[in-house]
Order: sequence, then C-alpha cells, then structure tokens
Amino acid sequence: MKHRWLLLALLPFPLAMPASGSGRPAPELVRIEGGTFRPLYAQPGETVVSVAPFLLDARPVTRAEFESFVREHPRWQRGRAPALFVSAGYLHDWASPTAAGSAVDRELPVTDVSWFAARAYCAARAARLPTTNEWEFAARADERRPDAASGSGFRQRALELALGRRPEPAGRGFQDVRGVFALHGGVMEWVSDFQSIFAGSDSRVTSRRDRNMTCAAGATTSGDSGDYAAFLRYAYRATVEGRTTTGTMGFRCARSAS
Amino acid sequence: MSRNQKRTIWTTVIVVLAMAGGVLAMTAARTTTGLDDTIPQPKLGAVKGVEVATLTAPPHVPPPITRKHATTVKVELEVIEKVMKLANGVEYEFWTFGGTVPGSFIRIREGDVVEFVLRNHHSSKVPHNIDLHAVTGQGGGAEATMVLPGEDAGMTFRALQPGLYVYHCAMAPVPMHIANGMYGLILVEPAEGLPAVDHEFYVMQGDFYTKGRHGEPGLQAFDYQKLYDEKPDYVLFNGAVGAMTGDNAPEVKAGETVRLFVGNGGPNLSSSFHAIGEIFDVVRMEGGSLINRNVQTTMIPAGGSTIVEFRADVPSTVLLVDHAISRVFNKGALAAIRVVGDEQPLVFQEHKRHQTAD
Repeated sequence: MKHRWLLLALLPFPLAMPASGSGRPAPELVRIEGGTFRPLYAQPGETVVSVAPFLLDARPVTRAEFESFVREHPRWQRGRAPALFVSAGYLHDWASPTAAGSAVDRELPVTDVSWFAARAYCAARAARLPTTNEWEFAARADERRPDAASGSGFRQRALELALGRRPEPAGRGFQDVRGVFALHGGVMEWVSDFQSIFAGSDSRVTSRRDRNMTCAAGATTSGDSGDYAAFLRYAYRATVEGRTTTGTMGFRCARSAS
Repeated sequence: MSRNQKRTIWTTVIVVLAMAGGVLAMTAARTTTGLDDTIPQPKLGAVKGVEVATLTAPPHVPPPITRKHATTVKVELEVIEKVMKLANGVEYEFWTFGGTVPGSFIRIREGDVVEFVLRNHHSSKVPHNIDLHAVTGQGGGAEATMVLPGEDAGMTFRALQPGLYVYHCAMAPVPMHIANGMYGLILVEPAEGLPAVDHEFYVMQGDFYTKGRHGEPGLQAFDYQKLYDEKPDYVLFNGAVGAMTGDNAPEVKAGETVRLFVGNGGPNLSSSFHAIGEIFDVVRMEGGSLINRNVQTTMIPAGGSTIVEFRADVPSTVLLVDHAISRVFNKGALAAIRVVGDEQPLVFQEHKRHQTAD
C-alpha cells in the first residue's frame, strides 16, 4: 500500500491544476480563527493540537461547480479519469460525462468523487482540501458557540445529524455560528490527510488495517471517546482509499489564512 | 543444645527439604508435561467438497450437520440498516447482519474451512465489519472485513475449536454498532456432532438505548448518553418486545426435547438466563465443552453464549427471562415456548383454590 502511494508521487500526471475560473462564483470562504483542541485521534505523542487560522468554504462543492471543472479539465471527466485515481462509481449518476443532471441535482453537493479528483478541483481554484484537524476543529461549532463539541447535548444532536446524513442543497441544512453550512448532517467530506492521520513509524498504518478503528478504539484515542459522531467520521475515513467514490462522500475546499 | 533439641532441628530441616523437593518435583513435572498437553490439538482432518452454508433468521436454527468430514463452507452475510419494530408502536433504525436482530445463524463443523464474505448494502450510511469469536486470526476478521456501503470483503478461516460463538460488528464506535443490533451466533459443531433433540431454537439477548423512555411511541433515535451510562430502556430477546411471545412463541409437545442456542450481544448487560417452569437438564456452559446438569439459572456474559437443553415435561408456557427481574417487568426481557399435550399429573397438578375463612 505504502509503495502504491510512492508510485503515485512519481507519476508525471499532474494532480495539481493551474488556477482558473470555474465558470461560477466560488462559494464564500469563511474565516476560522485558529485554536487548540483535543482531536479524537492525534499523531503519536500528541494530545492537544493547534490549528492555525484558515479559510473554509461555507458549503460543499456542488455538482454544477464540479461540472464546470470537468468541462475545463476533460481529463477529470467520467470515462477519461484514470482508474488509478477514480474507482468505477466516479460520477456514475451524471446524465453524461459533462452534464451533472437536473436543475435540482445541480445544487446538491457533488458526491461519487475520489480524493484525487477533489484535490485537483481545489488546486484549480488555487485552494486545497482542509486537513483532518482543520475540518474537525471547524465542526466543533454549533449555532451559538464555536466550541460546543464537549457538551453532551450537542454530541447527541451531531450524532442524530450524522445518522440522518444526506446531500442537502447548497446553503441548506445545519448552519453553525460562523455561517458554515452542513458540516453536520450533509455528506461526508474528503480531507487532505485522510489516510495519514493514523501514521506512525510502522508502514502498515497506511493500509485499512491497524487504524485503531475496531474494538479498542475508545481506549486508544486522545480525545473524547464519547464523541460518537466524530468516531463515525474517523471510521469512514479509515475505510476509504484515495480512489474511492461513494454516494455520501463530497468535499469542500480551504485556504491558509496567511 | 540437648539431644532432643538437635533431633527437632534435624527433623525440621529434613521436612523442609522434603517439602522443597516435592515442590521442585511438581514444578519439574509441570514443565515437562506442560500446559500444552491439556489443550487438544485442533482436529485438522482432510477437507472434502464445497458447500454453501444455510443461514436462518431467529428463532430458527439450520439443520444439524450430518457429514463426517470437514468441508469448505461458503458464508455470505449482508449488512442492512433498516427500520423495524422495537415494540408496539415503537420503531428503531436497526443495523443488522442479514436483515434480522440477532443476525443470521451460521452453523458449521469443527475443522471446516470457511470462505467468508461480508457485504455492506449500498443504502447503508456507515462502514461496517465483523468480528467472529469463532475465528482465530487478527481481530476475529474485523480488519479484513471493513466495508463501505456498496462494497464487500472477506477472509478464509479454519474452524479450529467447537463451540457456540458470538459474532458482532467491531467498527468504531463499537458500542453503538452493537447497540443497534449488530450481533449473532455461529455454531461450530464438534466433529462428533451434538446429541439429537426434537427442537432447536435461536435466542439472543441485547440491550437497547432510545431517546424516548420505554414504550414512548414513534421512531426512536439511539441515545448516546444512556449507552454511555449503561442504562438501557429495552432489554430484549430477538430484537423486539414480543419477538418470541404470544403467537410468535414456538410450540413443542410435552415429552419432547428442546435445545436453545442462546447468545448475549450486550453491548453492556450480562444475562441471568432462566426458564420459568423448567429446569435445564443440560447446560453446555458458556457455549463450550463443559457440561453442567440440573441448572436453574445460568450466566451469559455480554459477548458470550450458552447452550441449554431440557425435556419439556408438562404442558405449559415456558417463559425465558433474564432473572435480573426488572428487565422482564419493565424492559421487555421475555420470550416463551408453548408446550402442548396431555397433562402429566405425576409431575405437576394444580389443586383447587379454597377460601380460608376464619
């Protein structure tokens, strides 16, 4: 597995695209002031992590936006994107490789996209995917407080939202105190380091195994083992690979604030 | 020092030396015979043929295995997340192995090679996996079988030891996956088989945590805090209040023999398993090879099992309960077997009721 990633790094195929207009205004970026928190999983030896200020899309990328992207970058169209970078289900329910579907569909978050495709999209917007710690830090907010995640009331709500997870049209669904939509209850979202969050010195940790996602999970976390919504997210990330595409996995982009 | 005192000292020295020698000899014996001799080597005989396992929904059990050799058994289990009845007027979104709670019963034989495939239905919201306690290998198969919605994964394992084993989902957050109903039983029949009985049934206990209190109608959400506090609203046999009572209670005839394969999925509570109006003739303790007889109540730990056998001696309704009795009265822990047939007055007869006036 590790070797596959090394191989990818050596390929001439450009993953990062030059910045260009995607035909539609990019979603509003919301500034997330940095801070520290205890993530559910941290790097070995770490308990509290610092998150520098960053900018995060106020909502997930829509099918319409992704349609503009694949029209400008045909190599990311269904049928053209290499199987190394996208699994068989890539954009499978689109009307055609360059048509995301009905007017209603177009406002939904794009799903069935791989990590590689999501990463290329953000790069084309001169942005990047958020890191796991950035995403998790932002998701601690409820409607009133930027850090509500340790309260049992919000934990139960976040869990119910996670269990009712479905693609919400852009700008709908749960909106937090910063104005960010659908971090809870919408689709699962790619993060830049979904597979390295469990990294250690042992090469096996980049496989689907040994990610502390089974029985002993609660005992080995550094964060709050009662945050079940977070467990569901980490478990999902632990199960995907870079080329995975699923009907519940979309993404949004981020930028460093500096 | 007197001669007597010297003799006492020498006697003491000799006794101490003899005792030390004995201990040494015992230690030596233990290291030479060793613990290994008490653990039988698995009977890994020749494997002949291929078959597809028959899976059954509770309270049914696949038929006994009649073949006298190990074989390759294909087992396919699908994870389905679905809303089902928890009690009258109460619904819950269960996570299931095979569409039922508990999940499909799997029956194989000691020495079998099992080619196991776990599917996760494409409509599922979260990844799942399976840890079978019958599996000797990493995580009981948990790591090998991690599957996203719409995926399948598998493993091949050898059924090394006979017994009745629990299987369950082991995906984080594990307590929630189990509390949603993700458990079942796999029976590894001993090579020599189990004695023939007239009826076999599958019963499994589990504790459930709902946002509303016991009996509150409607679709109930899972309650994280109650799970954390280990305070369930429901303690159930076979996943619903009344799953195995009234018209759903199996019927047997007086004089017939009954074997129950009983599991406890938990996630949190142990079960004080008891049959009201019967005595277990045989208990295969903890689902293993040790047999106890004439038992009233047997403990089933969370993530454990038992096999109980009894002759249904008289016509009656035999009630199966967790004898931590509040769970029966207030949380639903009740199942039943109806025994029909002729009265057996030599075993039991009711007297007429009389008023005892002063």
